[in-house]
Amino acid sequence: MQFGIFTVGDVTTDPTTGRTPSEAERIKAMVTIAQKAEEVGLDVFATGEHHNRPFVPSSPTTMLGYIAAKTSRLLLSTSTTLITTNDPVKIAEDYAMLQYLADGRVDLMMGRGNTGPVYPWFGKDARDGIALAVENYALLRRLWTEDVVDWTGEFRTPLQGFTSTPRPLDGVPPFVWHGSIRSPEIAEQAAYYGDGFFANHIFWPTHHFQRLVGFYRDRFAFHGHGTRDQAIVGLGGQAFIRPKSQDAVREFRPYFDSAPVYGHGPALEDFMRETPLTVGSPQEVIERTMTFREHFGDYQRQLFLADHAGLPLKTVLEQLDLLGEHVVPVLRREMDALRPAHVPDAPTHASRVLAAQSPAPTAQLTTAGRAA
Amino acid sequence: MTRRIVVVSAGLGQPSSSRLLGDRLAAAAARALRAEGEQVEVDVVELRELAVDLANQLVTGFPGARLAAVLDRVAAADAVVAVTPVFNASYSGLFKMFVDALSVGSLDGVPVLLGATGGSARHSLVLEHALRPLFAYLRATTTSTGVFAATEDWGSPGELDTRVDRAGRELAVLVAGLARPAAVDPYDVSAVSARFSALSA
Repeated sequence: MQFGIFTVGDVTTDPTTGRTPSEAERIKAMVTIAQKAEEVGLDVFATGEHHNRPFVPSSPTTMLGYIAAKTSRLLLSTSTTLITTNDPVKIAEDYAMLQYLADGRVDLMMGRGNTGPVYPWFGKDARDGIALAVENYALLRRLWTEDVVDWTGEFRTPLQGFTSTPRPLDGVPPFVWHGSIRSPEIAEQAAYYGDGFFANHIFWPTHHFQRLVGFYRDRFAFHGHGTRDQAIVGLGGQAFIRPKSQDAVREFRPYFDSAPVYGHGPALEDFMRETPLTVGSPQEVIERTMTFREHFGDYQRQLFLADHAGLPLKTVLEQLDLLGEHVVPVLRREMDALRPAHVPDAPTHASRVLAAQSPAPTAQLTTAGRAA
Repeated sequence: MTRRIVVVSAGLGQPSSSRLLGDRLAAAAARALRAEGEQVEVDVVELRELAVDLANQLVTGFPGARLAAVLDRVAAADAVVAVTPVFNASYSGLFKMFVDALSVGSLDGVPVLLGATGGSARHSLVLEHALRPLFAYLRATTTSTGVFAATEDWGSPGELDTRVDRAGRELAVLVAGLARPAAVDPYDVSAVSARFSALSA
């Protein structure tokens, strides 16, 4: 099982000090956070992609390429790469390039983006969101798997004898997760291709995401990629951790109360009850996270949101220390002990290269492999 | 077969004239349905009790557990009696917040009886210029009679009773005559895979 963090890259005023970090500070902080994730033994760092303020990460591959050079083991991913407004040709090339620079430590998560006004800035229409996600991803796969592509579609100019460059590392493109908050069509897309499905699982109640993940598992089996429980599921989650529960609640409350996504609304206690948000001791975070497995079945990747709502860098790094030292080792041990042998690990570059060399078409799904 | 009428009252006072009107409208519809041999259950939703849940749903984008349960009750109703006080020439903000929380399609084809209360009969057209267009947008099937009760109406119950009875009978006719269209399930496997296949082609 892989554990890591995902960031949305928001620039938010710290409500306890009134201080707002500059873009420079926030971008460098994200790099520091990624390095820290590796240092404390986490497996994955994933960055968002946004083109509107107050978010800074508009260029994931630039950031991940830089982090690749500063790390040696960390898996680099996205949360999410916009399959709707980015040109699939550029995605194919950018992430293949990143694969080389990161020695294969790359996968990515596709998403549509949730802000209507962004689409026209890139010449697209938000009403075509699902259609763009389907057409662009179909083209992206061909660009990664076929050396020469002839292609005509609705949303971009045709391609004649086009070769995306560089070719994917070892002839194996990055593993793809599809992220969605509310679209069964995206769960269907992930299942159709046998890709991973990531339920963002933050801000909304668990039962909402159970439906999406259940749908994905059913369809994964229907499309012949394995049994329901062999589908590749990732979940988000948010935690604020202090050694003592009451310290965590006291310290996080002002951030919660003014956060852009839920501030000025429900009480922290109500929100913790109704959504996966956990504010408390390492033991409480462990217990809550173990319930995710009960709700969704054995899954392959858990990403925590740790750096939002104006939390200062120092606090975020302390969160990672607690995650790395007291939370993730226990979760890793307990989740691994409970997982049946036929349920695969999340694919990695190494396991996918192995699978590509093996004659069995479903080998990638049963080959155990973790980021070395 | 038991018919479920859900009264949604946006009344704020205690006691509330909107709630009072809602109860009477539901009772009139129930009387008319029972006269035709139907069994009727009346279920009342006081939006006042959901004010904080509604505000929270605006901020978080999803209904909390208590509000979600109420939205399910409304979506599963055979008929709805919706009553709001008139605030500044229209339905109240609380009433609109609840309507905004309903998921798409949840009132499709549902028989709805509209009611409003206010201090003066001069507000009575609120039913026609504010409430009816809103429920037309929601594709509800509204009765031709809506009932406005001004303060003075509570002092001359004869006239109000006549309007309440007529509206209640109209609602009963719609309930008895209409088969509810099946709700659209966003997770319907064949529909989702058909949409995906069509886009992939």
